Amino acid sequence: MSLILIPFLLAAAATPAELSASKILTGGELRFVLPSEPKTLHPLQVSDESGELIRYLTSGSLVRLNRVSQKIEPELAESWKLGDNGAQITFQLRKGLKYSDGSPFDSADVVFTIQKLLDKTMVSPAAESFRPETGTVEVKALGATTVVVKFPSHVAGVERLFSGLSILSSRSPKKEAVGLGPFVIAESKAGSFLRMTRNSNYWKKDSNGRQLPYLDGIRVEFQRNRDIELLRFQKGELDLVSNLEPEAFEKLKTNPAVTSLDLGTSLDATQLWFNQVPTAPIGAYKKEWFGSQAFRLAISESINRKDMARVVYHGFGVPAAGSISPSNIFWYANELKAQEFQPKAALARLQKEGFRLDGEQLKDKGGNLVEFTIVTNTGNKVRERLAAMIQADLRQMGIKVTVAALDFPSLIERIMRTFNYEACLLGVVNTDLDPSSQMNFWLSSGSSHAWNPNQKTPVTSWEADIDKWMRLQSKEIDPKKRKAAFDKVQVIAALQSPIIYLINKRTLGAASPRVKNLKPAILPPHMVWNIEEIYFAEGAGKVAK
Amino acid sequence: MKLRRIIACLLIGLAVLLLGARWVAPHGYEQQFRDFIAASPTKEFPLGTDALGRDRLARLLYGSRLSLLLAPAAAAVSVFLAALIGGLAAFAGKRWERAILLATDLTLSLPWLFLILTIRGAMPLDVQPEISVLITFLVLGLLGWAGPARVVRAGVKKIIASDFVFQANAMGTPPRRIFFHYILPNVRPLLFAQFWISLPVFILSEANLGAMGLSVSEPMPSWGNLLRELESQTSALEHPLQNWWLLAPIVLLVGVVSLLQVWQQRPKGSL
Repeated sequence: MSLILIPFLLAAAATPAELSASKILTGGELRFVLPSEPKTLHPLQVSDESGELIRYLTSGSLVRLNRVSQKIEPELAESWKLGDNGAQITFQLRKGLKYSDGSPFDSADVVFTIQKLLDKTMVSPAAESFRPETGTVEVKALGATTVVVKFPSHVAGVERLFSGLSILSSRSPKKEAVGLGPFVIAESKAGSFLRMTRNSNYWKKDSNGRQLPYLDGIRVEFQRNRDIELLRFQKGELDLVSNLEPEAFEKLKTNPAVTSLDLGTSLDATQLWFNQVPTAPIGAYKKEWFGSQAFRLAISESINRKDMARVVYHGFGVPAAGSISPSNIFWYANELKAQEFQPKAALARLQKEGFRLDGEQLKDKGGNLVEFTIVTNTGNKVRERLAAMIQADLRQMGIKVTVAALDFPSLIERIMRTFNYEACLLGVVNTDLDPSSQMNFWLSSGSSHAWNPNQKTPVTSWEADIDKWMRLQSKEIDPKKRKAAFDKVQVIAALQSPIIYLINKRTLGAASPRVKNLKPAILPPHMVWNIEEIYFAEGAGKVAK
Repeated sequence: MKLRRIIACLLIGLAVLLLGARWVAPHGYEQQFRDFIAASPTKEFPLGTDALGRDRLARLLYGSRLSLLLAPAAAAVSVFLAALIGGLAAFAGKRWERAILLATDLTLSLPWLFLILTIRGAMPLDVQPEISVLITFLVLGLLGWAGPARVVRAGVKKIIASDFVFQANAMGTPPRRIFFHYILPNVRPLLFAQFWISLPVFILSEANLGAMGLSVSEPMPSWGNLLRELESQTSALEHPLQNWWLLAPIVLLVGVVSLLQVWQQRPKGSL
């Protein structure tokens, strides 16, 4: 068994000096699989996971989020300074850098990129966080190596915005096809694979002055079937697999030829919520249940999260306490605890609200049977099992639950447009540590305010409170004050339970033992975020001098 | 004949077993024993338990009951339609034949999965799993005629061109009599063959649709979702003897389909 736990891995991670002492091999092609082909390779327009990874590997940004320390680090900008009460950021750029085609990099490229991003004709998910609700963003170059970006008002954690922004070339005739990243796209076959080779103009060097990246190239294949991916990995045809399901991970753990990696509790959470949209086409008595804090809390108390973590996640999951995972070191509210399984307390709570058990069936005060349908997406074994466990737990309470698995477009249509659903079970992927990225989810006016989106004015007083604290944290500069404000949001959400958080799963992956210097992290791209430092131990390359 | 009797007895025995699942299985198919997840066979759980600690024997019996009832029904619907449409194509002249062949090719080439997705999307959410699966099988049956219809058309045309039909025509036998007395008896084995070929296809279609949420939903079992479990049970395929209980659904599926195939074959010499 070759399970590596992150704490151990961090402790054992080699420093540059140690690396120089050991033999680092250059060369070789790293092979792994993505579930789908990127929808676009334009760095400013990527909207899917595959496209985001290719963007990360082939382009450069002003700053980078260190996925292990969770701190922003210099990249194309060697330093930055905040000004004007957090509304302005000034970047000092590195000198002498070149794009993959040899064209020079300077402040003009940064200005060009930001202007292109803010262009209203540009359909770009990245642009949404840059475009302010009111006013305009100004960007100007002060010489070849200084860029000033000015926002109309304070932007919380403004520097993190630039970690996902690929800097395009303003001069290269190849436009967005050239990049400042460690690799360049060399070949691609639609629906099959994409091959990248080393960017010979990449600016980074290791502590011994050796040109990075160590690898010659990367071959990414597109394969939706995870069972085939696993078989290929076990045969040695692939070097990495990430986002493993617990069952697959357990199997790989017993394979001595594989390094299995438990990266820690992920930022993602599986959650259940009830439809509280006043105009939803569901029965009035059901709307009354779903709008009742006591009902939602009772459902939350009736679900055995520990069993879920043990049975469905094979122990590779923890009961979730809220929207922020315990792995989000700074923003997690320590006073929050995951809801315990308390069916008796739940029943007492419901009885206080007028619900009563009639034989084995729970009825409300109007005599209506308590039953509802949970919608979820199809083809996800873990979620299907979670739904079956919720069904079984709630059956003990006299509540009949029907599970309807829908294809994703139908599900989105129901939960975001027609609101023709009662309850929804879904997983939410968090890729940003900062709660400002969750504004659209928490604000009652937000389109992603899952249980009752797009409210003109907050329907409930507790939603008004959440709005207040979210706006406060977004305007505040002092991190401690921001944290205090967001803690309030988390506490209100736990007390009201509009979202019933279930499980934070662990991020699991595996690598071939010949892949060295991996620093796997819970944040995407989990295994290859330090791609330029990864090398092969044997066979694939030659010893660097 | 003796073999057919033995097979008939086996199939009847299986049907009785499935109908009496409530008394045969020690537990309900949805009951979860969370301290015994993915357990090997014991006295308590003769075929072990699944990933949620549910009794595999109970799930196999209840699941077989559903699939054995609905897959043949869907196959019968599709073969009936194939017989009608294929027969018409062979019988009703060149224009009809061309039109029907065009419709057949169109049916075979269109992505009907989207129709099934649309139907599932349009169904009320609180529809019972039984109704949902019934609709799915009905749609499968209604859409599955095109392939068999081409085979039926070719078969009927061959019979029409045969000497005995030629002779019957020459003797002035009315077309209706030719159809019922000469063509239908001869095309019947072809229809049966199409039925038996379609049967496992419908069972497996149900399994595939289940993966998209278009079939039996939790916690109800079917052969489809029981077979789906094998996707992640590669150890069962690598070491079948040590994991025999995991293969029970596929053994039962192959066994039942084989028995039905053998049973429907007429002994040589019989009409």
